[in-house]
Amino acid sequence: MMIDAKNLHFKALNERINEAAGEQVVVRNCCGQRYIASGLSGKRLELYGTPGNALGAYLDGSTILLHGNAQEAVGDTMNAGEIDIDGMAGDATGYAMRGGSIFIHGNVGYRAGIHMKEYQDKKPLLVVGGAAGSFLGEYQAGGTIIVLGLHAAERVPVGNFCGTGMHGGVIYLRAESLPVDFSERLLSKKAEQADLEAIMPALRRFCSLFHEDLEAITARNFYVIRPNTNNPYKQLYAAES
Amino acid sequence: MRRLYYGHLFYFIRKWSFVLKEGQVRIPSGCAISGIFSKKGNLICGDQIVKSISVMHDRSNGLGGGFAGYGIYPEYKDYYAFHVFYDDTEAKQACEKFLERHFDIINLSKIPTKKIPAITDEPLIWRYFVTPLPHKLSDSQLDEREFVARCVIRVNTQITGAYIFSSGKNMGVFKAVGYPEDVGSFYRLDEYAGYSWTAHGRYPTNTPGWWGGAHPFAMLDYSIVHNGEISSYDANRRWVEMFGYRCTLLTDTEVITYIFDYLIRKQGLTLEEAAHVVAAPFWSTIERKPPQEREQLTYLRKVFSSLLVTGPFSIILGFEGGLMALNDRLKLRSMVVAEKEDRFFIASEESAIRIIQPELDRIWAPRGGEPVIVQLEHGQGGEQA
Repeated sequence: MMIDAKNLHFKALNERINEAAGEQVVVRNCCGQRYIASGLSGKRLELYGTPGNALGAYLDGSTILLHGNAQEAVGDTMNAGEIDIDGMAGDATGYAMRGGSIFIHGNVGYRAGIHMKEYQDKKPLLVVGGAAGSFLGEYQAGGTIIVLGLHAAERVPVGNFCGTGMHGGVIYLRAESLPVDFSERLLSKKAEQADLEAIMPALRRFCSLFHEDLEAITARNFYVIRPNTNNPYKQLYAAES
Repeated sequence: MRRLYYGHLFYFIRKWSFVLKEGQVRIPSGCAISGIFSKKGNLICGDQIVKSISVMHDRSNGLGGGFAGYGIYPEYKDYYAFHVFYDDTEAKQACEKFLERHFDIINLSKIPTKKIPAITDEPLIWRYFVTPLPHKLSDSQLDEREFVARCVIRVNTQITGAYIFSSGKNMGVFKAVGYPEDVGSFYRLDEYAGYSWTAHGRYPTNTPGWWGGAHPFAMLDYSIVHNGEISSYDANRRWVEMFGYRCTLLTDTEVITYIFDYLIRKQGLTLEEAAHVVAAPFWSTIERKPPQEREQLTYLRKVFSSLLVTGPFSIILGFEGGLMALNDRLKLRSMVVAEKEDRFFIASEESAIRIIQPELDRIWAPRGGEPVIVQLEHGQGGEQA
């Protein structure tokens, strides 16, 4: 099933996707339509162009492959399924994600993985091939965020305030040093074999999706970042300097 | 509760908007901004910027749209182009009397518009090409631009029902209540061409939205389109009003225009320095900078502390020969920039760029507080039309 999104409003486009016969749906000429595949289950979407904000919001089991860049809030509050973006993504990617996986080939904007959470078998995963902006994993409560820093100019492929307010989950940062403003509320260690084993399925998936070299990726150091439970947040809004 | 409260307020405002203007009521926005620039000064038809902003239709709500075009009046490039809204003919007579006393009016006309159902209740919209009367200018002991700026402020504060909303040379602002694509067609922007364009689609959240309150806001050749909400408005306003500016519209964006006019024209700051005042880095970020840069950033934050703009924003500053895009330091609004040969693009959403330029050489998202400046290449006047 092929849909031409040219000049289609997001409402009409989503209706066409929902009503499309069969599992496989290809959408061409996306240009700014919001909420594509929101809450959708049981479909395999392949998108071309530039879809609008909140691509795959509340996604509930479908898979989305985008050939192009995504805008803001990809996979907002996503529940299950997979979103693969062969390009870059905007701010708040994986916002409040509660399940499923997002793979981004390039960079993501600010606040990726903000307030990601997990519960029992629901463990969201966000893999960023390039660099992430500031506030990566802000208020993260669960799930896994991996930033690979491929083709990134920065020595540490993440902006300021990484993991601010983080109290659950884990961030893997592929870098030779930690962010200069690394928070005292967080713990870090260089990844050991067991840590890497835990993310190997995610790395293999990333490499097969975007044709990257797994050996080159694992040849460099990963930092594993978790909240420091011995130094919890006691005063959230008063001055903590 | 908050949402419910605002919802009720919104209905109230819709009902009463015919009596209330900006600042008399507060509604808590999405907005859209877009900009196109030719580094070689090649002329871009106004229909391009209209097409770009229209993709982001759903970011606005029909209560404001506007455009600024640079290089659009080559035949009058040495004259200040005043675009004026009048509530009635009395306001027009009073304003024209003032203009005649202070300026040589080279040409005046109604701004050509097209009646369309989507745009209603328009004021009288006039355009004047003027130059200060030499004796008035010399008697004032002001430089020419300061003289013009003061005259604009005087009209906007002292002549009821008259509002000069555009006052630069070889540039013009076109704005109205309506969706931006309708505003573009109302002002017949496809009949203009310029080397630089900015656009705004408005979703007023704090105020009801009226013609004067639409973006861009302009003073001389500086114009601002803004997506966001300024929480430092009153601190900023009090500072600029010390220097003769008057915030007549009671809408937050207006003050940003005056801040840039003050910092760049009056204080002689560079665009980068002005950006570091408006979106100053955190003290913790400044501490980590090399000594010379640290000293400079500390100086700017201390001297112009009242001009730090807080709250979410993405803005495009238009000026003669260039554009500057800037996000707030926390990057609470979306913005991407892109290049294709001599064209430079800025937009709230990538789709607004792709619709007019599907293939790009480069596209990226600038960091919060990081100004992106594009200017005409050396020797490109943008006036070859």
